[in-house]
Amino acid sequence: MGLIAEIIFCLLTILSFGIFAQKILRIRRSILLGKATHLNDRPGQRWLNVILLALGQKKMFQKPIVAVLHLIVYIGFVIINIELLEIIVDGIFGTHRIFSESMGGFYTFLINTFEILALLVTIACVVFLIRRNIIKLKRFISKDLEGWPRSDANYILIIEILLMGLFLLMNAADHEVSFIVSKNFTPWLTANFDEKQLLLVEKTAWWLHIIGIYAFMNYLPYSKHLHIVLAFPNAYYAPLIPSGTLHNMPDIQNEVLYAMQPEMAPTNAAAPESFGAKEATELSWKNLMDAYSCSECGRCTDACPANSTGKLLSPRKIMMATRDRIETISKNIKANKVFIPDGKTLLHDYITVEELRACTTCNACVTECPISISPLDIIIELRRSLVMEQSNAPQEWNSMFSNIENNFAPWKFSPDDRDAWTKA
Amino acid sequence: MKVSTMAEMMASGEQPEILFWVGCAGSFDQRAQKITKAFATILNKAGVKYAILGKEEACTGDPARRAGNEFMFQMMAYQNIQILNGYNIKKIVTTCPHCFNTLKNEYPVLGGNYDVIHHTQFLQELIEQGKIKFTDSNEWKGKSITYHDSCYLGRANEIYEAPRKVLESLDMELKEMKRCKSKGLCCGAGGAQMFKEEEKGEKRINTERAEEARATATDFVASACPFCNTMLSDGLKVAENKNDPAVLDIAEIIAQAIK
Repeated sequence: MGLIAEIIFCLLTILSFGIFAQKILRIRRSILLGKATHLNDRPGQRWLNVILLALGQKKMFQKPIVAVLHLIVYIGFVIINIELLEIIVDGIFGTHRIFSESMGGFYTFLINTFEILALLVTIACVVFLIRRNIIKLKRFISKDLEGWPRSDANYILIIEILLMGLFLLMNAADHEVSFIVSKNFTPWLTANFDEKQLLLVEKTAWWLHIIGIYAFMNYLPYSKHLHIVLAFPNAYYAPLIPSGTLHNMPDIQNEVLYAMQPEMAPTNAAAPESFGAKEATELSWKNLMDAYSCSECGRCTDACPANSTGKLLSPRKIMMATRDRIETISKNIKANKVFIPDGKTLLHDYITVEELRACTTCNACVTECPISISPLDIIIELRRSLVMEQSNAPQEWNSMFSNIENNFAPWKFSPDDRDAWTKA
Repeated sequence: MKVSTMAEMMASGEQPEILFWVGCAGSFDQRAQKITKAFATILNKAGVKYAILGKEEACTGDPARRAGNEFMFQMMAYQNIQILNGYNIKKIVTTCPHCFNTLKNEYPVLGGNYDVIHHTQFLQELIEQGKIKFTDSNEWKGKSITYHDSCYLGRANEIYEAPRKVLESLDMELKEMKRCKSKGLCCGAGGAQMFKEEEKGEKRINTERAEEARATATDFVASACPFCNTMLSDGLKVAENKNDPAVLDIAEIIAQAIK
């Protein structure tokens, strides 16, 4: 039995990590379908952002209570998984708590810490479930989350509670040891089960726990929970310039330069393919990484002036739509080797003109995002495509453009009157 | 009002210490012209040697760029940078946060490198240096005021303190709106919204913001952006409430208190 269990365990471990690695590589390929952008300057500042924003969850602390609960779940999740080392070694070699003897008292200290964290994580997850399903906070009942996203959020919390429960049960049923939280359940277990049954309970909990962790790991790539991984690179590649700065378009800068100073124009200049983005693949890889990083928390949409006054725009939905689109494109490429047009584009089919038109570029969404996602960047790229590729602008904007062109002001005033205020 | 243009300064072989970038709203919009004049008055009284571009100034391209028209933006940026560099401009002050943001953050990559400050920062400097002195009968003293953060000054460039410091220097009682500083609610004009009808929704953004301003029950609402000023004034007008606070630019408030 022992050897078979060890073989099953090894196969399961290899399979889980193998599939997970494959999925992560596929997401990496999807992200790299985006256009090149160079975000490698000032590494010191970037690492500082990783420490403050991702590791330290600095922005989360604008809502302190939620931040503490979130930090508990996060720290608990990461630290309790140190125990995974022992579980994997035990699983491979058929040992039982291999580190307990060599580490002695420190082992008890570690597991006690894990157990306290497990209890805190469970409490935090229950609070989160209550916030989402009973209190129904505004940003969680939004129509952005209809269907899968809402279930996803609940699944994550339920799975975490189950995993913590299994971890505690496994320790409680093991009466050779005694740990701070689980020992409270041991008397009840010993009263209801005999020695043999207890061993079975412990083994079952052990297996379910590790299978659950492997399953959860492979669930990550389909879930908003992926932010636990991507928050780190996303913080590293966060823009380091004032958020009011829009990306320059060197192609257009040069076209204007060559029009004004024809002697500067190279003879073999290649015409740019397109301006702005109508498709997800025309966005930068950072925009796409943003989309995969999004935890759908809705802080952006909550702060959006357009959304809060009933307009169609929701920055969170911009991110979710971008992720949906790039996933569809990625699957299409996987099935067909190359992308076979499906008659849809990010612009129009996933994100409508009305949504884009409602944005005031106020940067509230960008400022709110705890992990440095910019919905505004995507909105601007899509607006660029609308206006420059499709000549799709409201009449008032076209008037504004022609006023700027002819009168050097967005209104139809004579440029000669620009200094008239000095005379009045 | 005597305001020199760069061309005039050039002709007499002078160089101003700072260029006052007036902006389109400040130049043409009747309400915003008052802000421009107030700020020019302050500069005159504080003895600042400044100039404007006059007829040579043109839209920075901000609304075109944010609407998606990068060509138009690049055209304007090219022209403006040619002129600014031609006059060897080093320092610029502007009363418009949109011009401020574009000149400061978006022109450098295009070859326009200037030290750009917003008028609230400049006012703070002048007050700290003692170049602005207030009259003994400071009529603002003790009056309550709420300050509306402009998105392009606040979140976009993280300037939250300068405008507040200026108001506090007048011994005004500053009350914050429910959403302020980095959480400040937009007036609804940014991103070229100023130049089109709002998309359909339940409410206008400026109405929402005007309600927040009214809820502070202050005597005045301070703005530091000509567009915010228009939007908030309109938002308050909708209610037609005689007791509603007047919306004033920080420059207008200082201009009335200056010696």
